[in-house]
Amino acid sequence: MTTTDIPAPTARPKRPATAPKRRPKREREGAAWVFLSPWVLGAIVLTLLPMAVSLYLSFTDYNLFDPPRWVGLRNYTQMFTEDPRYWRSVMTTLTYVVIAVPLQLALALAVALALKPMKRGKGFYRSAFYAPSLLGASMSIALVWRAVFNDGGTVDNLLGTGGWVNKPGWALLSVALLTVWQFGAPMVIFLAGLQQIPAELYEAAAVDGAGKWRQFVSVTVPMLSPVLFFNLVLQTIQAFQVFTPAFAVSAGKGGPADSTLVYTMYLYDRGFVASHMGYASAMAWVLLLVIGAVTAVLFRTSRSWVFYASEGDR
Amino acid sequence: MTVVSTTADRKPVRWGRIALHLGCLAALLVMLYPLAWLLATSLKPADEVIASLDLLPSHLEWSNYKTAMDGVNDVSIWRLLSNSLLIAGGAVLGNVISCSLAAYAFARLRFRFRGPLFAFMIATIMLPHHAVLIPQYIIFNQLGLVNTYWPLILPKFLATEAFFVFLIVQFMRGLPRELEEAARIDGCGPFRSFFQVVLPLTRPALITTAIFTFIWTWNDFFTQLIYLFDPDKFTLTLALRSFVDASSQSSFGPMFAMSVIALLPIVLFFLAFQRFLVEGMASSGVKG
Repeated sequence: MTTTDIPAPTARPKRPATAPKRRPKREREGAAWVFLSPWVLGAIVLTLLPMAVSLYLSFTDYNLFDPPRWVGLRNYTQMFTEDPRYWRSVMTTLTYVVIAVPLQLALALAVALALKPMKRGKGFYRSAFYAPSLLGASMSIALVWRAVFNDGGTVDNLLGTGGWVNKPGWALLSVALLTVWQFGAPMVIFLAGLQQIPAELYEAAAVDGAGKWRQFVSVTVPMLSPVLFFNLVLQTIQAFQVFTPAFAVSAGKGGPADSTLVYTMYLYDRGFVASHMGYASAMAWVLLLVIGAVTAVLFRTSRSWVFYASEGDR
Repeated sequence: MTVVSTTADRKPVRWGRIALHLGCLAALLVMLYPLAWLLATSLKPADEVIASLDLLPSHLEWSNYKTAMDGVNDVSIWRLLSNSLLIAGGAVLGNVISCSLAAYAFARLRFRFRGPLFAFMIATIMLPHHAVLIPQYIIFNQLGLVNTYWPLILPKFLATEAFFVFLIVQFMRGLPRELEEAARIDGCGPFRSFFQVVLPLTRPALITTAIFTFIWTWNDFFTQLIYLFDPDKFTLTLALRSFVDASSQSSFGPMFAMSVIALLPIVLFFLAFQRFLVEGMASSGVKG
């Protein structure tokens, strides 16, 4: 129960011979495809085909009106060698991911650990801390963020910062803080994971003379590692695609001085504002490859630190 | 009567516990500050928005809400609200129907390529939306559907949000198989056992799907930004965008009044369904 693994579909034991007679196989297989038909149609028309088309377009010059013109690797070479704004958006996004994701997960874990032993009020806190995860994605809160972190806003008044939103070095931090603020979703998942750790493990550790810290390192962390890994992968993938808060905080421009020009915002700018659909497609494919690579790296390193109780020998 | 012993048994005052609660409450105050700020600012007169350091307005300026009700770009707020509701409602219907159909096939039926297709479905959860965005836009553009609600609703009827398919699959796998076996002995085909046996039992997962779809669609900005141009087709989220471009300090009050209105359905949903929401989120991570 503690792992997130999905049993392989073939792993189900064969039905005993006494099981009721199955209907003719063809009919049942046909039924499966009927159930599956909307998904299959969507997977082909809205996922696989678009992926192929966007790969093709990434090698073309295309503005939506004239037919696409094949330019080979031109978009990619231009992106990597002649477009400083592209690199700016890459660095901005990486900085954002590196600030926002660890902070958010650390906070989520800390609060989950604080709530776990609570007898009274746990449900209340859990819901209250979770609320920003739903509200924070809205334009309403993004606008609040801009005002609160603006020149003359609350943060300026408290810290005398003169408004982070206007300062190239600080604007991205205010966007990151909006993400950190939404730590409720990973927190809820951590809390559910913590509750599935058997109490006997802590009792045994205590009998062996382990202190609180030792118990945390030797019991909590390994038992929680699949959940930690799940949260890490999910939040990282999401962070790479951040858009709305950067858009709102910078009034849709990625400023000041491109300091909040995250990757997806530059992609939007190239594709839908400047009508360079080929270039934007190339950007989309690089994003796909980078997210794929980052996920693969996370999965690889996970072998050394993620512990699945059900597969003890791993 | 051993009433006395209860006080004797109790450990001396639990300072640690009290400190924990105080810490949590303090953290909560900081976290909820932006919401309080939003509510307060939506009721502030124009000259107090920036000049005054107080959170509370000197008097409640309800005219901000009156201005907000007039809407943006000559489009009334009722129009914006019903646009938002139409899109979110369509998305909910689409996701609940199409995702539960696909989930049943993956969770309970046997068919060729089930393993690879299931793996593909899981992989699309991680697929960045941007990789398919531009061709999808081109397809809808060719069909003449840009600047309509179809690009926002139709994909949901094709189970493109694999996260929900996965959520429902996980739930269905937890249901006892014996029920369907019994139904089959009674002569139920896969369709009847889906509609009459499995679907009613899957209700909690369907409710979770519906609520999350509603909130995420309501909050969505990027897709709406790309597909909708006419102000009278705008959603509340897009109308708020007009304030992003040109927000003078004088329009602060009405802008945040509108923000409150845009947030209200989510807050109500949250208050009504928090148990489903929190548990839906928890089970998406740890149920196995």
